[in-house]
Amino acid sequence: MPHRRRELLGFIVAGAVIVALPLATRNPYLLNVAVFIGLHSMIAIGLGLLLGFAGQISLGHAAFYGLGAYATGILTVHYHINPWLALVIGAAVTAVVAFLVGRPTLRLHGHYLAMATLGFGIIVRILFNEGGEFTGGPSGLPGIPHLALGPLVLRSDLHMYSLIWPLVLVQVVLSRHLLRSRLGRALRAIHDSEIAARSCAIDTGRHKLMIFVLSAIYASVAGSLFAHSISFVNPNPFSFMVSVELVVMVIVGGAATLWGPVIGAAVLTIVHQIIVQLGGLYEPIKDLDVVIFGLILVLMLLYQPQGLARLRLPRLGRLTGEGDDG
Amino acid sequence: MTASALLQFLLTGITVGSAYALVALGFTLIYNATGIINFAQGEFVVLGGLLFFTFAEVLHWPLAVALAAAVIIVALIAVIVERLAIRPLMDHPVLSRIIITIGLSVILRGSAKLIWGVDAHSVRPFSGDASLMIGGAALQVQYLWVMGLTALAVIAVRLFFDKTITGKAMQACAINAEAARLVGISVPRMVQASFALSAGISALAGAVIAPVTFASYDAGIVLGVKGFCGAIIGGLGNGLGAVLGGVLVGVLENLGVGLAPTGFAGLQDAFAFLILLLVLFLRPQGLLSRQRTEGV
Amino acid sequence: MHLSARLALPLLLFAAVALVLGGCPKPATTPTDVSGETKVPKGSGLKMAGGEEIAIGAIFSVTGTGAPLGEPEKATAEMLAKQVNDAGGINGKQIKLIIADDATADDKAVMAAKKLIEQDNVMAIVGPTMSGTTLAIVDTCEQAQVPLISCAASVKITSPVKKWVFSTAQTDVLAVERLLDHLKAQKITKVALICDSNAFGQSGAEQLKKQLPPAGVTIVAEEKFDNKATDMTAQLTKIKAAKPQAVICWGTNPAPAIVAKNAKALKLDAAIIMSHGIANKKFIELAGDAAEGVVFPAGKLLVVNELPDSDPQKQVLLDYDKAFQAFAQKPANTFGGHAYDALQLVIAALKSGAADRAAIRDAIEKTQGHVGIGGTFNLSAEDHNGLTKDAFALVTIKGGAWTQVK
Repeated sequence: MPHRRRELLGFIVAGAVIVALPLATRNPYLLNVAVFIGLHSMIAIGLGLLLGFAGQISLGHAAFYGLGAYATGILTVHYHINPWLALVIGAAVTAVVAFLVGRPTLRLHGHYLAMATLGFGIIVRILFNEGGEFTGGPSGLPGIPHLALGPLVLRSDLHMYSLIWPLVLVQVVLSRHLLRSRLGRALRAIHDSEIAARSCAIDTGRHKLMIFVLSAIYASVAGSLFAHSISFVNPNPFSFMVSVELVVMVIVGGAATLWGPVIGAAVLTIVHQIIVQLGGLYEPIKDLDVVIFGLILVLMLLYQPQGLARLRLPRLGRLTGEGDDG
Repeated sequence: MTASALLQFLLTGITVGSAYALVALGFTLIYNATGIINFAQGEFVVLGGLLFFTFAEVLHWPLAVALAAAVIIVALIAVIVERLAIRPLMDHPVLSRIIITIGLSVILRGSAKLIWGVDAHSVRPFSGDASLMIGGAALQVQYLWVMGLTALAVIAVRLFFDKTITGKAMQACAINAEAARLVGISVPRMVQASFALSAGISALAGAVIAPVTFASYDAGIVLGVKGFCGAIIGGLGNGLGAVLGGVLVGVLENLGVGLAPTGFAGLQDAFAFLILLLVLFLRPQGLLSRQRTEGV
Repeated sequence: MHLSARLALPLLLFAAVALVLGGCPKPATTPTDVSGETKVPKGSGLKMAGGEEIAIGAIFSVTGTGAPLGEPEKATAEMLAKQVNDAGGINGKQIKLIIADDATADDKAVMAAKKLIEQDNVMAIVGPTMSGTTLAIVDTCEQAQVPLISCAASVKITSPVKKWVFSTAQTDVLAVERLLDHLKAQKITKVALICDSNAFGQSGAEQLKKQLPPAGVTIVAEEKFDNKATDMTAQLTKIKAAKPQAVICWGTNPAPAIVAKNAKALKLDAAIIMSHGIANKKFIELAGDAAEGVVFPAGKLLVVNELPDSDPQKQVLLDYDKAFQAFAQKPANTFGGHAYDALQLVIAALKSGAADRAAIRDAIEKTQGHVGIGGTFNLSAEDHNGLTKDAFALVTIKGGAWTQVK
């Protein structure tokens, strides 16, 4: 089937790019940028599923990101638990929390999840801030150990890169399977028409909840990896504005596509780095940073609402698969 | 806890809450006309405050003129924004239009920073820097202006909806846009009017609180979120509910500060949001709503 | 299912290649080997080749919430680099100052640090502006073995001492020590605290709670406020009921100005004491009449004209103030001073002949009697800040202007 072939081609191209980057450069700065793109992608993929296939937005995913980061931070620093185990516990805790937040709101029609996650995200950040010794309070929790594979301590950017990007690929493969499954068809039905889906006896609330919990787990794992890679957490990276930036990444890349969230994360992270570099050359540019982000989002919604991944460049747009059978 | 302290918490809560109430009312007007949760609402408040600062403090215009100019300019900005960014997405899912308001808020905030800088700006109170003592509780005179103008705005909006053709047409759009269109009401024009009205009210809030809270480019997130809280607590879409919800958020917040034991002092800000979650979980139609789609 | 098998193949291949790459020791710039130990051959690839330029990195919060601090720091660093280069550079070599903006975000600070270290091969990093962003890159700098001279004030930056990390900002420990002198002189024994819930405010609250009670000062109430809060009347009402002799507010603009105004409206009968977080004209402008009589510790730059000529800092401060005015067309402030001191420490180390990162670190650690903007620096292996409470002057606001408390 040509569609499947396209999809496979997408994976091969992505895999090749991912392998090629560290071969082409050993510059840790570039690899570090790639690490952050990977971390953002991990969260964005979950948000993309939520937005693209359940038609819901979360304005509190930075909180799940933070829960993962703080869970591993606290468990390893205070209780000396193995970082990998801490990561899993963090993900489990986050899943339960997401379930509790999502369950009452996702049964309702409308954008109640957005409102609930907004309030939830702010509360979680306040708890990080007010946790005293336990969370390190506003000045943060230092001394988080690096992850290790046997004797190999994963502390360089190349290590984190080699850990994170295969995970991103696994996520994309999982997304693909999810979308091909009965659940995926059900979710797309929800997106198209909730009433129609309901009348076909699809339990829309349950499916939406599953996706929401999964997206929270993705964010939590990304948070744990973030904490272990810089070995320090404080409340700042988990603010409301970060939640918003994550949503922007998904929209810019394309929500209902396999690779859209990854593309969005890459584009926005790179654009920011370019602005920083240009700001060094010509001062006033730096102040345009946020304005440019807003403009990118607005222009995308107006002129390319399906995201960069669906950009109709001749043939190239086809690589991203997930094309016309939705 | 003395009676005068309790009175102080309530009084401060009501005064601070009046500002939230205006923001909540702004949310409701746009929500009713379009179904959009406008994330740029807080930015309208900020722009109102900053423009008022420029007119009153930098250009030294008379107070009433500066206030009117700030409100009108912000309303115009909202009209332009609606025309350029919201209307083209008329046929798109509501979610797209909600997300675009997030983008708009980022642009407006960034532009405000470019123009007014990162520092807060102080504005003279409307009638002196004095404060009154009421039963042992202090009240800054400026807050009388805040409460007075809030009440005036609520009454004016109510009269506008009940007594004018335009207002009735807007209400008709809110209840059923398709039916409104069929009886010859221009829905896009009504949406535009609701943006102008909503932004104007928010700008008024921004200008009138500037003397007590200062005007700074990044205040919009907090004000927007608190006002939004009020709108939901009151039942999204219910104008009077939004006003009462906003005041309630202010009161709860200050009671939270006042009654929290010392060790938990920092958790007071979580209070309003905790109430928000409880309302969403237990009574998503809002505490004060009888039915969903209702005007002011 | 056969499709997923086909997908798995490139994936596995990729994972294998990537992990092998990740685990391999390699001759490139990454100083990491299989065991995870870091070894940097002294000055490997970092020697100043040919002697034309010396790369020094700087990370400031030029945007984001830290911008009011980061802006003057950036301008100051640029000014100082220009001064040095115009005067012929250091031992004939020009400084190449590379400034990165961290947007007051931890992850962006990490990226900025990696860029400076690996791409620009800087000899040392000046900044970051904030305590949070500094702590976020401490690990990066320690691992890469690059001297970091922070402009942030948190005690956590230099305590415990980290081999490669220094700070030039006066810490809260010193600010509170200075205030304690004032409390004793005024015979104040009952105070209430009202502090910002951010890192600056809470670090101050921690020090106040640590130092005041042993010195015989009772804390009768402790309140917090959010940095973006617009009204603190409720907190002050509780404080009023506790009847303190003084209220100590620790925070940065604009919140302390609101505290001052609310306290005045409440007719709170207590002395108002604040922190070095309000050491700028903006506070006076925002608080208006309510600013009158507020006492706070601050760098001596604020009251430079009142300093006796015998004060060794006086001339340094006057020179900096004048040069900054000429360069940036606005008055100098203490935050810019931190960047001035940080860059000066690096320059002094380079002038003494240090030619690689390790030598610069060693030279900075040996700094003695260096008269700067923030105070006189005497560093050692145990003290990577090197200031004492004498770095602070006690300042009050009278008639809308600063004056030293007699």
